Amino acid sequence: MALDAESRSRLSRLLTEHAERLTERWTGLVVASLRGRLSQAELARQVRELHRSMIDALAGGLTDLADEHGGELRAVLSELSRGRARQGFSATETAISVFAIKDALLELIEQDRDAATLRDFLALSALIDQMGLFTFESYVRTRESLIADQAEQLLELSTPVVKLWEGVVAVPLVGTLDSARAQVVMERLLQTLVDTGSPYAIIDITGVPAVDTQVAQHILKTVVAARLMGADCIISGIRPQIAQTIVALGIEFGDIATKASLADALRHVLRLTGVETTSRRARREA
Amino acid sequence: MERVPILKIGDILLVSIQVDMSDQTAVQLQEDLAERIVATGSHGVIIDITALDIVDSFVGRMLSAIASISKVLDAETVVVGMRPAVAITLVELGLSLNGIRTALNVERGMELIAAARADEWHEADGDEDAETTATS
Repeated sequence: MALDAESRSRLSRLLTEHAERLTERWTGLVVASLRGRLSQAELARQVRELHRSMIDALAGGLTDLADEHGGELRAVLSELSRGRARQGFSATETAISVFAIKDALLELIEQDRDAATLRDFLALSALIDQMGLFTFESYVRTRESLIADQAEQLLELSTPVVKLWEGVVAVPLVGTLDSARAQVVMERLLQTLVDTGSPYAIIDITGVPAVDTQVAQHILKTVVAARLMGADCIISGIRPQIAQTIVALGIEFGDIATKASLADALRHVLRLTGVETTSRRARREA
Repeated sequence: MERVPILKIGDILLVSIQVDMSDQTAVQLQEDLAERIVATGSHGVIIDITALDIVDSFVGRMLSAIASISKVLDAETVVVGMRPAVAITLVELGLSLNGIRTALNVERGMELIAAARADEWHEADGDEDAETTATS
């Protein structure tokens, strides 16, 4: 049911005449649905803004939310749902902020039993449904971009390569190792080997919650690639359960050195490079 | 036809591959290298592939062939400077450079050859000692 010019003018008159009562009731409904997680003043401001741009859009000749007259209304709506999505509100709570106007409007026109008014209300209701859907879509878009950002940050955060000793670097792996992360880890480790000229690398898997055949495959590939480049890899931080899983799955590490702890791995590498560590008698405090 | 230069540094021959390898270039390099090893009496060959963006099975086979030829002439071959991307591609393709020793850079490669030589001398010394004890 499209809005014709007559019902548009009637509706915008209705919205303007009862502006005060309508926004107040509307705000009240939204406040109730959000249970005080957003201040009343903030909500009242949003509702008034939405109300104002609806009147403007109707006055401008809006028939469908997607046409050129709805530009500002769409901007206000996407601004609102972006805000809600970032503040952690659910999709329903976001949509209610828009749909609440129906209840508020219905209470207004209830005493007026005119057939034309009812038609107007139905037409406006269709428009509000469109607005609600639009809100929902921008909400989802915002959420998805948030998730994508976080995934990227996680990828950057979780793969440091640290220098342990002259010519020895270590990669402490934390978290599940999927193909994308394994690729990043491999590239970063190999690049660090080239940049620092370190002939030894220790891959520490203490922080990897589970090792399956796929994870093992990724680690093995990294080790083989490092060998091709002329560096040796040692795998450390194998927890007891992980050792049992590795054996149960029949994963073969071949001639790759595996150590229980990072300390053991470092000691192993130092011995290979010919560095001797001696313990001196602890200095007594006088 | 492009030729790959072979440089002599002390006891070591350094080959830096800067051009795309063709069949002819590869064969020429193998011949040149064999001649130079014999002529100079070198005991180590370092092949620098830092400039190579792509190492396919052809280059891999060439490197293996060079290593085998040098081995016959009593020279140790070390391939140095493989790029991370190249290493990853080789692993993904399942190609392994069998019988080839690798090092991160030329310096490490020279150390590796020196260490291998020292081991050999040490072993030879050990054998002599064993013989002397046996005879005495």
